[in-house]
Amino acid sequence: MLEIGNISKTFHPHTPNEVRALRGVSLTIPAGSFVIVIGTNGSGKSTLLNAVAGTFFVDDGTIRLADQDVTRWPEHLRAKLIGRVFQNPFSGTAANMTIAENLALATRRGCSRGLNWALRPSLKSEIRDRVRQLNLGLEDRLDNAIGSLSGGQRQALTLLMATWRRPELLLLDEHTAALDPKSADQVIALSEQIITREKLTTLMVTHSMQQAAYLGDRLVMMHRGRVIHDDTGVHKQRLRPDDLLARFEAVRRGELVDESVAEMIGALYV
Amino acid sequence: MSALLSALTMGLILSLLALGVFISFRVFAFPDITVDGSITLGACVSSVLLVTEPTPLVRTLPWAVAAGIAAAAGLAYLFIAEGKALRTFLPRVLAVAVFVAGFVVLVLCFRNPVVATIAGAAGGLLAGMTTGILHAKFRIHGLVSGILVMTALYSVNLHVLGKSNVSLQSATTLSTYTNDVGSRLLGGETTLHIFRWEAATNDLSMLVFSFVFIILCGAALYAFFRTDLGTAMRATGDSPQMICALGTNVGNMMVMGLALSNGLVALSGSLLAQYQGSADVQMGIGMVVLGLASIILGEALVGPGHLGLTLAGAVMGSILFRLLLAIALRAGLDPVDLKIITAGALFLALVFPQALALVKGWGRRAASKEVRHA
Repeated sequence: MLEIGNISKTFHPHTPNEVRALRGVSLTIPAGSFVIVIGTNGSGKSTLLNAVAGTFFVDDGTIRLADQDVTRWPEHLRAKLIGRVFQNPFSGTAANMTIAENLALATRRGCSRGLNWALRPSLKSEIRDRVRQLNLGLEDRLDNAIGSLSGGQRQALTLLMATWRRPELLLLDEHTAALDPKSADQVIALSEQIITREKLTTLMVTHSMQQAAYLGDRLVMMHRGRVIHDDTGVHKQRLRPDDLLARFEAVRRGELVDESVAEMIGALYV
Repeated sequence: MSALLSALTMGLILSLLALGVFISFRVFAFPDITVDGSITLGACVSSVLLVTEPTPLVRTLPWAVAAGIAAAAGLAYLFIAEGKALRTFLPRVLAVAVFVAGFVVLVLCFRNPVVATIAGAAGGLLAGMTTGILHAKFRIHGLVSGILVMTALYSVNLHVLGKSNVSLQSATTLSTYTNDVGSRLLGGETTLHIFRWEAATNDLSMLVFSFVFIILCGAALYAFFRTDLGTAMRATGDSPQMICALGTNVGNMMVMGLALSNGLVALSGSLLAQYQGSADVQMGIGMVVLGLASIILGEALVGPGHLGLTLAGAVMGSILFRLLLAIALRAGLDPVDLKIITAGALFLALVFPQALALVKGWGRRAASKEVRHA
């Protein structure tokens, strides 16, 4: 279970570039939930994921994961509990190393690194079996550099790496945004398959209304660092892409109103 | 023949420098110029230990205790930063503290070339660790961290050496050991005829020793990079974001990697001083360029890709570079111009692949134009 308690984050505080990225966000995500996070650019979706992953510490609030307070844990320690897939396929893998070596590193996620051989024959055979299940035809190319693969193949392998050891929480940060539609569909299908099979607690950020409407069992919409919609159960199931687009339109209209009010106030002062 | 054997031996010894530079520049993509200081540190520490009288045991104890406490504190900090409980790491911390204290006693009490060589390498290890800590823990830019430590090492080296240079002509060094073994194996012969050339037993035995030693070091390094820790180190340079998401502390990996890199460089310095028979505080100037030149030459020879081949390429590059320099000197090059020639050779090695690609591109374009006209 993930419990986010009233977290706030301000970047570049007390400077002209101050950005209040998160403003008192609270969320409780029960174990096994698949939560989709949507919102306009700069709404705080990725900041929320990064705050949970420990990329930075939050200014206020608490983050509890699997009954442990991880608020002050550095990123690499939280990785014991969290599996991550990044937006950029190049970030999630070491391009100059082989497929087998990348996966071998993932098999010891969160464990201390020692002087044991990274790739024992038994592990390589296990890696071959797990890669075969992806149906990408990569099981015979385990010794190839991962940098020679397409973005979709790399993202599928990153997903396998993130879930090799069952994580308490899986974070998917727009992990299909950099892929072509066909590869994106394949990676989404694979993600859904793994999440359902392993019953993983998942937080997924997406800009695709299709994915937001049809995936997951809960939908959270963010705007200006706050949660403005939180749909679960039947409400979530009834949501269609058009409903979500209507919400985005409402947010946009609200922003326009805000801007015109700001202009009026500015004009009054001038 | 002597010049050739000397060039080969120097190339082999300096291939340890190339392997060290390979770790920082190629594995971590870290521009570490600590190398210029750490190679001298290795030479200075070993030389001083070889020419000074051994310290009485009682007087070594305060140093040993201080070193043990420092090592224990550093290691405990690392474990605490990893979030480990005191009882889980205490036995390991105590074991390391005792080992370090024992090593300090050994270094100070005995005048032995092997111990002096290991102490020289340990000096480089500490220098690399300092650069890594400045970069990873104090968030100082990599290049600046290297400059800081390299600058500080100049004074450290002067303090260690006590003067600007030390001669090892009267000291028992690894070179003396290899000469003894060589003449014993050859029944006391001082020269040997290889084909039609006459080679001194001393030169040959040092060459054979260097060759075997470098093969062992290279194999050990290759094996290390195939372990879980070594693979994680390689991944740190390749994708820090990935390795962090897999639960590895990127900063610690950097500190360990730079320690290993500078340890190898200092080992090279220690062997170089013992082979040349002297250590000088200026001997490190331009060594980072020499290491880089060896790597680039090696890559041109074996091409990028397989780890083992790349390591072998660095060794081959170092030997080839020394051979080219020996040929240039033989042809009448003024030794004063040696560094500028080194920099020029590195420049050529860097632009050669680009020039080759450019020429191939022109060739392809010309061929396609001809086909279109036809």
